[in-house]
Amino acid sequence: MTVIQKKATNPIAHLSAEDIETLGEELDAIRQRVIDSRGERDAAYIRKVISTQRKLEISSRVVLLFSLFPPAWIVGTAGLAVAKILENMEIGHNVLHGQWDWMRDPKIHSTSWEWDHATPAEQWKQSHNELHHRYTNVVGKDNDLGYGIMRVDEDQPWHPAYLGQPFYNFVNACFFEYGVAAYDLDLGTNLKEGRHKHPEFRAKLRAAGRKIRRQVLKDYVIHPLLSGPSFFHTMAATFTANLIRNLWSHSVIMCGHFPEGVETFEKTSIDGETRGEWYLRQMLGSANISGSRLMHIMTGNLSFQIEHHLFPDLPSNRYQEIAPEVRALFDRYGLKYVTGSLPRQVFSAWWKVIRLAFPNRRQPATPAVDDQPTPVLVAA
Amino acid sequence: MPARGDHRRMTTTVPRPRASGSLRRRLWRLAETVTTPVLPGDYLDLVAPLRAGTDLRGRILAVRAETPDAATLLIRPGRGWRPHVPGQYVRLGVDVDGVRQWRAYSVTSRPGRHPEPISVTVKAIEDGVVSNHLVRRVRPGTIVQLDQAQGDFVLPDPSPARVLFLTAGSGITPVAGMLRSGVLAGSDVVLVHSAPTAADVVFGAELRHLAERGAIRLVERHTNVEGLLDVAELDVLVPDHLDRQTWACGPVGLLDAAEAHWSARGYAQRLHTERFRPTIITAGDGGTVTFTRSSVTVTAGGATPLLDAGENAGVLMPSGCRMGICFGCVLPLRQGAVRDLRNGELTTALPGDGVRVQTCVSAAAGPCELEI
Repeated sequence: MTVIQKKATNPIAHLSAEDIETLGEELDAIRQRVIDSRGERDAAYIRKVISTQRKLEISSRVVLLFSLFPPAWIVGTAGLAVAKILENMEIGHNVLHGQWDWMRDPKIHSTSWEWDHATPAEQWKQSHNELHHRYTNVVGKDNDLGYGIMRVDEDQPWHPAYLGQPFYNFVNACFFEYGVAAYDLDLGTNLKEGRHKHPEFRAKLRAAGRKIRRQVLKDYVIHPLLSGPSFFHTMAATFTANLIRNLWSHSVIMCGHFPEGVETFEKTSIDGETRGEWYLRQMLGSANISGSRLMHIMTGNLSFQIEHHLFPDLPSNRYQEIAPEVRALFDRYGLKYVTGSLPRQVFSAWWKVIRLAFPNRRQPATPAVDDQPTPVLVAA
Repeated sequence: MPARGDHRRMTTTVPRPRASGSLRRRLWRLAETVTTPVLPGDYLDLVAPLRAGTDLRGRILAVRAETPDAATLLIRPGRGWRPHVPGQYVRLGVDVDGVRQWRAYSVTSRPGRHPEPISVTVKAIEDGVVSNHLVRRVRPGTIVQLDQAQGDFVLPDPSPARVLFLTAGSGITPVAGMLRSGVLAGSDVVLVHSAPTAADVVFGAELRHLAERGAIRLVERHTNVEGLLDVAELDVLVPDHLDRQTWACGPVGLLDAAEAHWSARGYAQRLHTERFRPTIITAGDGGTVTFTRSSVTVTAGGATPLLDAGENAGVLMPSGCRMGICFGCVLPLRQGAVRDLRNGELTTALPGDGVRVQTCVSAAAGPCELEI
């Protein structure tokens, strides 16, 4: 992938400025239709998901009190992993996007929600909603491109340190929530530039520290203690559930912007960007995952990453419904709707991480489509 | 952290009575460490939404039609409900089309505690989002949000010997609450009530029954036939009305006329009114924006985001993407009207509605107050 502006064949060259604005208006119309029809059905959906998640979490934790017995360990761990995934993906991520603010329920609101995650909601909202969603795939602006530790675009300059990135990415996947917390704090840059004594940074650090302490206490101290003789088994179970949740959310999120076919953009290209151009960047900068209804719920409907990036504040249960309309727009405007099954997209994203650990082999003039990966490299 | 042994002892030893409060607190704190980042109460609410110590809620037990466009809701309030004083109202938070809406209704039942139900009577008004929902669509079993009863449209203790109630339409509801409570037994009570027809009189049968029993004197005014009541007619209908303590509740026109009538005759202190009409928010283009905690007021145009208006006035506004996607600038709109600059949609709020808006894509549409 090379920034769209440097490509030999620019995939949007056939669109005039007018086309792009018309496209924007068509997308605005889709958004408005969803807003006009938002109602009881949607409210019932999110309340149902929240109540299911809470019941699943509490019952899994109760089962884990007896985790000394292998069947209880397996059932409890699986239940807790699913509960944590639901809590982070379909509930937390989406509530923090303000997708449910319209219900005016103070308990399900972007300003009051806190999630089962190492990073405090407030810090995540800033780095994710404000920076990533605004600067999606702009090299040098959107830190989600490689999370500041990896090279995921030919236009990011190579450095020998990137040779280790397949390994960093795997470690990051296993401890993803802590990776996200460090990322939200912009830990690397702040430490490197000696800002660790700045009061603002220290306040954020303290908040993250408090959040992590509470999370660790719950999963690795209190819950195991309550399990009595099952202490170590419960500790292993919560660790496993967190690990599964981390690997899953890392995979889903990698599929959002890293697979082949997703475009990136030059920093200067967004100066004076119009609404239509912003929409277009979201369309080209995101990739979907195809799959069953259950899979979509487990990804927090981030399997509709394109729809989510176009309309980050629409209720997640609606992405699936508008996807055909959005796809029709891609077809009509001659744009590539990047989608694929989960294994395929995970593979594609991992292959890019591995490929770009090494310096560019050719000059970007030749598109990298012939880089067919060898199946032995399939990860997780 | 307590060691494992300590912890066991804490959960299994029978506490001494004096320590029970503190033990309970410690257990609750322990539960909080398990349920973080949410609270134990968030789990308990799933099964016991009416329990003590949680936000006050109620469960609708029954919906009974009173007239073609009015219905009485029987609501079991949560354990935290404090008995109301007859004549007071309760604020009800109801989800209509998925959106929480708050409205105030007079309590029409006798004062009581959980689990004794309370009742409110709602008249469907034209285009009324909440009233139509409550009268025609809401189902028994629905959970509604409640506030404690409030309002000073109440009788003194002891009740005055001679009372006049002057009501119209749903204005009868606080008075019905007073009549049912029994505190007026022994008082000389006259009720002058207006409604379009006899069938439209809310609690008509009950009121007529009270009149037959001699508990009250009832003057019904059917305005479709007899026309609107002119307050001056009271000189004939209730010749001693100025000698009575009077409680009036109904449309603004009636209340204004009553106030003028009683003041002109120098008896203003004997008239007590309840204005139920909500403050009407009229939407305009731009308006004065007050940042309540900063004590700053500015005038902002209809195309200026509230965020810009605040920043220009030196208010420390939270902000983010400035394009409506990050929700980093959301603030409570205490009251007033704002317009979404993206699609022109109007949002209005009254105190207590709990409305929050994205300041970067909202402009003033009339006077409004932001809490910051």
